[in-house]
Amino acid sequence: MELNRLTAHELLNKLKNKQVAFEAILDALYAHIQKVEPKVKAYARFKSESKPALNPQLNAPMFGLPITIKDNICTEGLNTECCSKILSNFRPPYDATVINKLKTAGSSIFPLKANMDEFAFGSSTENSYFGPTHNPWNLECVPGGSSGGSAAAVAGDEAIWALGSDTGGSIRQPASFCGVVGLKPTYGRVSRFGLIAFASSLDQIGPITKDVEDAAILTRIISGYDPKDSTSVNQGVPDYTNSLGKDIKGIKIGIPKEYFVEGMDVEVKSIIEEAINKLKSLGAISNQVTLPHTQYAVPVYYIIATAEASSNLARFDGVQYGYRAKSDSLIEMYKKTRAEGFGEEAKRRIILGTFVLSHGYYDAYYLRALKVRTLIKNDFDAVFKDFDCIVAPTSPTPAFKIGERTADPLKMYLSDIYTISVNLAGIPAISIPCGFTKNGLPIGLQIMAKPFNEEMLFRLAHAFEQNTEWHKIKPRL
Amino acid sequence: MKYQTVIGLEVHLQLKTKTKAFCSCAIDFGKTPNSGVCPVCLGFPGSLPVYNKEALSSAIKVALAFLCQIQEHTKFDRKNYFYPDLPKNYQISQFDLPLSRNGYLNILSENKTKRIGITRIHLEEDAGKLIHESGASLVDFNRAGVPLLEIVSEPDLNSPQEAFDYLTSLKNIIEYLDVSDCDMEKGSLRCDANISLRPEGAKELGVKTELKNMNSFKGVKDALTFEVTRQAELLESAQVMTQETRLWDADNGVTVSMRSKEGAKDYRYFPDPDLTVFIIDQARILQIKSQLPELPQEKMRRFMRDYGLSEYDAKILVNSKKDAQFAEECIQSYPEKDKKNMVNWLIGPLLSEANSRKVSLHELNINKDEIIRLIGFVENQSISHLSAKIALTQMLDSQKSAAIIIKENNMLQISDTIELEQIIYGVIQENEKSVSSFKAGKTNALMFLVGQVMKKSSGKANPKVVGELIKRRLTDA
Repeated sequence: MELNRLTAHELLNKLKNKQVAFEAILDALYAHIQKVEPKVKAYARFKSESKPALNPQLNAPMFGLPITIKDNICTEGLNTECCSKILSNFRPPYDATVINKLKTAGSSIFPLKANMDEFAFGSSTENSYFGPTHNPWNLECVPGGSSGGSAAAVAGDEAIWALGSDTGGSIRQPASFCGVVGLKPTYGRVSRFGLIAFASSLDQIGPITKDVEDAAILTRIISGYDPKDSTSVNQGVPDYTNSLGKDIKGIKIGIPKEYFVEGMDVEVKSIIEEAINKLKSLGAISNQVTLPHTQYAVPVYYIIATAEASSNLARFDGVQYGYRAKSDSLIEMYKKTRAEGFGEEAKRRIILGTFVLSHGYYDAYYLRALKVRTLIKNDFDAVFKDFDCIVAPTSPTPAFKIGERTADPLKMYLSDIYTISVNLAGIPAISIPCGFTKNGLPIGLQIMAKPFNEEMLFRLAHAFEQNTEWHKIKPRL
Repeated sequence: MKYQTVIGLEVHLQLKTKTKAFCSCAIDFGKTPNSGVCPVCLGFPGSLPVYNKEALSSAIKVALAFLCQIQEHTKFDRKNYFYPDLPKNYQISQFDLPLSRNGYLNILSENKTKRIGITRIHLEEDAGKLIHESGASLVDFNRAGVPLLEIVSEPDLNSPQEAFDYLTSLKNIIEYLDVSDCDMEKGSLRCDANISLRPEGAKELGVKTELKNMNSFKGVKDALTFEVTRQAELLESAQVMTQETRLWDADNGVTVSMRSKEGAKDYRYFPDPDLTVFIIDQARILQIKSQLPELPQEKMRRFMRDYGLSEYDAKILVNSKKDAQFAEECIQSYPEKDKKNMVNWLIGPLLSEANSRKVSLHELNINKDEIIRLIGFVENQSISHLSAKIALTQMLDSQKSAAIIIKENNMLQISDTIELEQIIYGVIQENEKSVSSFKAGKTNALMFLVGQVMKKSSGKANPKVVGELIKRRLTDA
């Protein structure tokens, strides 16, 4: 089997035992990328280039194993543009904390950055300045978003593993659409320093991998308190691989009734029910639970996230870096730079966010949204008093066709209906492959746990994975 | 009609902390433009602020000195507006939960003590600086992120003079706390003023004007004085006043309209999601309180009590922390139990020397031991008070010791009776009229005769001894 098709932990074993050279892995990756990238377009700024020289530290535990990074995570000296024209040619003079941690662990940062929806605004990776990414399972479909490039690269074996970011489902939903594993860690678990902010109170960086073990390894490396991020939490990072291989007998799983409503895709519904039955057959105890404020998650999210985004994106003004439009006056420069530099969805969200923070509307929208956010969090707290985790679909549908929802932003926003609450509550959640539709599109199972209980996610996810074959099936490219 | 003037002041103080408010850049204003910066204070994508504990402590110190209530829960908010000197296009400030509220400051204005309310004191970050040069606008971000303290007064000031006295008192206290340079010309203290007029006895406030662009305390007073006249004339002529912001033009001594209320900005304040709510606990407040230095008003009362100073004299001495320190060292080193003599020298000759040399008392080039020696010569009647004052001037000019000056100028008093008798004999011979008046019981005549002896001795005769000798001679005869 080609090296690029292996999981990270398989390759780490080979590297450790000197059965394979780091160069050979890179060669395999580049050879495959040359072949399939023109079809998938998982990478931003790909120009059929040849393999660049990489001089990583080949130390343990990563021995130089390459990792693909989403285009919104700062990598020193490497273009980091959030797939937006407004950040054209932006090369950060610093690494994000997660990149530092990876380099220290001996990872080599893959010089091509993963495609994404501009500034992570989207659920399909269609909003990239560099054009859409295609789903490796069906090139006519979207890979999900916003970390669609990372998920497609991992699913299509154009990457060993990858980092994405998740503000409302941007890791889990593409992982679900592409049949890979994606984890959104607890808010504060992973430093946000160097992650170009979309919505600061919701953003988290997380892994997108071929299996649960890889996710456990990668999560441990990137987690931990960072004095450069006040919102990171000072709490020890366990070795998540210790959670693997454990049985799940007696684990209590809650099935939220609000997530199984009419209008839900019937195929998704039956696949998820089957997955729940699988968990039960492995010893888990399941019960229906209620998260009564679920219906408010999407509106609350689109108020809070856009409010924060409108302010976070104010700095892209052409003054210091990135794209600057030619003009004679300051105000004109601001206007033209932002009009020409931002895409449609970015503009839509900036306008929406600016509106909800405006004088006279703040109380009715933003302040009320904050209150409802607390209620949503309380819903989860109440369930976690009696349950170890919550199991639900990751997305109400399988991957949809490219172009199918671009004309209807509201319909697009509803793609995140099952993932958004997790970000609002700040809890961790993982999406793992749990089946395929008749048309051969993967479906993801979402597991949520208490804050800082990623161990529970890995335990349950790994038990499921080891007793199913879904993660072993590869798309034919 | 008679009007009452109502003034409230907003003061911004640059705190002299070692590092900036939200990053670890050292604060140094001598640096070449854009050398004291980092990704955080430049607002680079992905960078995050972390608040400076030293700035917070300084802010708490100031709040305690103005007897404010410290808020236990406080947070930072974003104030959103576009300007090229603002790297993120929002300023980190505090909106609805400022660090402290409801304090006051006692000022002495026109010989009356008056309590001026402090509405709030909060912490924020400074912006960069625009430099307009040869047709281009340049921006220097060295100042961006320097901690600023905003001190807002209640509209309790009723004249430009009171505003001036408030600023003087405020600066005095800050100087004692040693947290800011308070130099208005260098921009480490900035002041905006709100002013309105209302018919005397009226309860409702009139339409206010906000004044900006004053570069000195005198500028504040002058701008307010101009505004009192301007507004009174408008009211007298029954013209409609509009709420507006006006700029002080110091060169022409007028205020000029900048924008009306309709043009007021909507800053879309909202809590900064990058900085978590922080708690200032009682223990911390008590600790900072215990380290507060003695403040001017306490020092003034202690000087009056311990050294028998009048309120007027004590106030002069505590006006400057360093002067008070210098004075106190002199008083304490002065060997006599009754400190009156030293106090009189400080308030009298020393202060007038300082004034004529346009320096502060403590900047006079003389040490306390030399002052004590000089006073000693007067006390043991070696030199006259008049000679001592002349000697002081020469000491300051030449940096010679008191002993040398006295010797060089032959200032020692003549107390030798034989030598004095000869001069007195001559004076009595020449002033028969006065002699007869004295004998007729007019004591004034004695003063005149003593004066004549002093003149003849070129000021060196000991006036006390001379008086005694003349008296004895005239009554004996």
